[in-house]
Amino acid sequence: MNKQKNISHGVDLTVIWLYAILVLIGLICIFMVEYRGTGDWLSTFLNGRSSYSKQLFFAGFCAFIATFIILTDSKIFTAFANLLYAFGILLMIATFVIGKNINGSKSWIPLGGGFNLQPVEICKIFTALALAKFLSRQETDFTKFKSQAIAVIITLFPAVISVLQHESGMALVYFSFFLVMFREGLSPIVLIIGFSFVALIISTLLVEPDTLAILLSAVALIFIYLYRKSIKKKKGLLYLILFIWFTCVGIQRFAVPFIFNNVLECYQSARVYSAFGKDYDCAENKRSAKKSSKAPRKPDDYNVRQSKIAIGSGGFLGQGFLKGTQTRGKYVPEQRTDFIFTSLGEAFGFVGCFAFLLIYLFLLFRLIHIAERQRSTFSRVYAYSVVSILFFHIAFNICMTIGLFPSPGITLPFISYGGSSLLSFTILIFILLRLDADRQMVLR
Amino acid sequence: MSVFNQSRSRVIQIIIGAVFIVITFQLINLQIFSSKYKLAAENNAIYRKIVYPDRGIIFDRKKRALLENTISFDLIVTPSESKGTDTFALCSILNIDTAEYKKRMRDAIFKNTRVKPSVFEPLLNAELFAKLTENMYKFPGFVLNERSVRTYPYNTAAQLLGYIAEVDTAFLRKNHQFGYEMGDYAGMSGLEKTYESILMGERGIQRFIRDNKSRIQGPYENGLFDTIPVAGRNLFTSIDVEVQQLAELLLQNKIGSAVAINPRTGGIIAMVSSPTYNPNVLTGNARRKNWGRMVMDTAKPMYNRAIKGQYPPGSTFKPLGALVALDEGLITPSYGVGCGGGYGACGGVYVRCEHHNPGHAANLRLALANSCNAYFSDVFRKALDNKKYGNTNQGYLKWKEYMNAFGLGRRLEVDLPSEDKANIPDTSVYNKFFGGARRWNSCSVLTLGIGQDKMTATPLQMANIMCIIANKGFYFPPHFVDSIEHEQVEDSSFMNKYRSKHTVTNISDSDYQAVHDGMHDVTIYGTAAHIKIPGIEYCAKTGTAQNPHGKNHSLFVAFAPKNNPRIAVAVVVENGGYGSVAAGPIAGLIIEKYLNDTISTVGKATIERVSNMNLIPEAIKNWYTRKDAERAARLAKLALEEASEKNNDAVEPNQKSNTEPLLEPGSKPVEGKDTATKIKLNTALLLGNEKRKKIRDLKP
Repeated sequence: MNKQKNISHGVDLTVIWLYAILVLIGLICIFMVEYRGTGDWLSTFLNGRSSYSKQLFFAGFCAFIATFIILTDSKIFTAFANLLYAFGILLMIATFVIGKNINGSKSWIPLGGGFNLQPVEICKIFTALALAKFLSRQETDFTKFKSQAIAVIITLFPAVISVLQHESGMALVYFSFFLVMFREGLSPIVLIIGFSFVALIISTLLVEPDTLAILLSAVALIFIYLYRKSIKKKKGLLYLILFIWFTCVGIQRFAVPFIFNNVLECYQSARVYSAFGKDYDCAENKRSAKKSSKAPRKPDDYNVRQSKIAIGSGGFLGQGFLKGTQTRGKYVPEQRTDFIFTSLGEAFGFVGCFAFLLIYLFLLFRLIHIAERQRSTFSRVYAYSVVSILFFHIAFNICMTIGLFPSPGITLPFISYGGSSLLSFTILIFILLRLDADRQMVLR
Repeated sequence: MSVFNQSRSRVIQIIIGAVFIVITFQLINLQIFSSKYKLAAENNAIYRKIVYPDRGIIFDRKKRALLENTISFDLIVTPSESKGTDTFALCSILNIDTAEYKKRMRDAIFKNTRVKPSVFEPLLNAELFAKLTENMYKFPGFVLNERSVRTYPYNTAAQLLGYIAEVDTAFLRKNHQFGYEMGDYAGMSGLEKTYESILMGERGIQRFIRDNKSRIQGPYENGLFDTIPVAGRNLFTSIDVEVQQLAELLLQNKIGSAVAINPRTGGIIAMVSSPTYNPNVLTGNARRKNWGRMVMDTAKPMYNRAIKGQYPPGSTFKPLGALVALDEGLITPSYGVGCGGGYGACGGVYVRCEHHNPGHAANLRLALANSCNAYFSDVFRKALDNKKYGNTNQGYLKWKEYMNAFGLGRRLEVDLPSEDKANIPDTSVYNKFFGGARRWNSCSVLTLGIGQDKMTATPLQMANIMCIIANKGFYFPPHFVDSIEHEQVEDSSFMNKYRSKHTVTNISDSDYQAVHDGMHDVTIYGTAAHIKIPGIEYCAKTGTAQNPHGKNHSLFVAFAPKNNPRIAVAVVVENGGYGSVAAGPIAGLIIEKYLNDTISTVGKATIERVSNMNLIPEAIKNWYTRKDAERAARLAKLALEEASEKNNDAVEPNQKSNTEPLLEPGSKPVEGKDTATKIKLNTALLLGNEKRKKIRDLKP
């Protein structure tokens, strides 16, 4: 990566350093998960058999791709944005035909040589580019509903395909583009409604249905009382409050049970419930019942429990490098991919985790800073897309490992084992760096 | 447009910051304030393996091991980790059904909670162990844990050594300070119980790191926290295996007891209670099978009659009566009575005597040798009506004081649990019985003088009295353990009572000598004249205790050699008749074996004769016959069912059915209708050798 310093001018070195540090931390984490103290650690790094060794090769490959991107002209990204998006969608659809089933989701395309590509990972980049391209068009007026609708369709179309591939976690990431759209002028109402909806679902799970209905009614009455003077002047406000109250109660009484029982799979519902310390009775789940006649097995929150145990056992200073008993005992399932944060948490404790979070936070704020200094809408939208995607990945993944969110199966950027994941984040970051380096050139 | 929405950049930063703060708070909660995750992690990853130490060995006086240890394996389960176990495979290996599996699981959880290991199947035999080790990978949460199990190479001294068994909740409550855990074994009776703290040793604990499949990854912290098991310490006893075995042989098919003590040390050489049992049937897995049967047995094989059996001492008490009277100066050795076949001075109570030739009680020696009832009735009355003490009540109390000093009516503190103190009644008992202190006199309790009435003694007490007489006035409390390996201060304080000399009143040597002479005469021309021990002069006293329930009990006490005695013996044979018939030869042979180390030709013939004597009371014989018949009937029923099954199943007559454990493996299944022979065959097969013999004996 030193080469780029000489070759390219204006590339943001802070981000490159942060990127390199994170990839290194990722290698160490995977090393802690796999290394068992047998044999020379250096040779195991190079023999290509262990996953940290593979990850090292992925990192090398990514460095090569990164260099390649830095050396290209930023114009091709704007030029090919729509084409790439179409290509990405095509790849995703292709998985229905040639896809390979890994861990229950048919979203992988075998590349041969034991490598598999997950189009939904790559497609995030293309979607970001396509959204940037669409919003930066001269004729797009984002204050218009039509433009907003098209933007939403662009971002959510891959998500829909992803859900159909049983890769609902990744679909969740596509909602991160709402943050970008919010920055570009989407009404905050959308975010507020979305947030309220999530809050309502959570309170439905935490509070008894009848109690919640009474609470909501009480809140509505309080509002009517507070705005009684305005209501006298304008009857519409009363209807609005009543409508919101009715919608909330309706969602809480009917929509939420419907979603859990009819839309989501049993295991998904159970995961959501268990994140809030509740048991979900799979007998109520219609989808699972339809699928198999025999009683659906009740999944437990084993993964999350083990993950919390591993992180909790780290304590303040951690058990030490390669000394984590839970990591050594392979207690945490999927530890090198989705639950990689646990090996860090166990080995280095709260201090390590906090420092690690600060690195992420610094990276995100640095990227926002970069985004705001862009002169072209395309670059800014793309930069915000990168920030949002990274933020969603980090937030969902860590919240999942510490039991704040049901486990959706989202990787931790730069840290989790896996070529697809690392490659897509590398491309994401370095396209941004390329665009940033050229920010002075043109006003697109 | 970008300028218009610039403030929203701040909002996004705030959202990101807020989420990170929430994450940080949860991390603080998990990593700093919740200790339960640390505990859970340890439960997950650290496997505590209890390493059982070898229990101490118990040796006899010639350093022969009375019991040894062999290795056996327990199947241990931790219920919380047993998810995913191939229950069906496990059940079929252990030959239990799923209901039993669930029940044992429930018991384990109830006894030891879900997260602690409990014993699922103790003491696996070799075949089961092999099958399980092959399949252990199918049973997460189950481990095999080795433990040492007792074996008894000499098949002897079962009641003395006692047995070990898994501790129960009551035991744990009582002994909580010693750190026992569920699944531990502890001594439950005999020496195993008394010396539990010495024999048990200290358990070691090894900690291992294990992975999610319970595979051991290596020691935890390189074994820093491991403790090494400390083997139990050995006990060296005064038991002589050969004498013990001989005594057991002689008492077989009898109900009774024999005790032999070395009077110089108080060390018990042999202690037999008959019927006894083979100690190997209560070790390992066999215990479960045999325990119930042993407890139900009407002849009580596990009951140690030597320390719990209460017998009227009968004539064996007479030397004591003489000693009391001599010491009080009531008689001299030359004192005599004219006995014409009984004692009639009390009018209403007439004590018959076996002899009526004149002069058989002309002095103490003659009276002892001939065991004259009249003489000792008279002597007893003299003691009670002693003018010195005012009245009978006071005289009785003085007499009782003597008895207690001789070890009667109190515990001798032998090193076996649950010793009985037998009975020398207090005056209050008689006061109540006769309705007031003034309503009874020496005549009322006359038969106490010949060892009857309410007086009882255990065989151990009788043997101890022989020690006192042999030693002329002192004894060491009878005990088994002479020394403990690597004896420590607290052991010595326990052992000291066995090592200190206890003096019994101040009866003069000449008084003892008079009794010695009399008891010697017993073996020369008296009641035991026909019992000779080659090359050894010995002193003895026969006893024939009246038994209200049946034939008289046969008693015999002795010490030998006459000068410098080295062994004191007491033998009781229930329903054995005269003391010299059943108990006498047994005592003689025990002495011969101990002192001469071999048995003469004559002695061998006596062994043959005595060991074949069957003195089991009819009631008990009948009980055995009934039990055997019931069992035979049960087997017959099973066999019939099986036969009918076979008849129904005519297509495949050779098919082996599950209800066929009655046949010995390899024997040919009996075909179709021929059930009668089969029943016979099966019955015979299932009974042990002794039982079969017994049935044969019972047939006219």
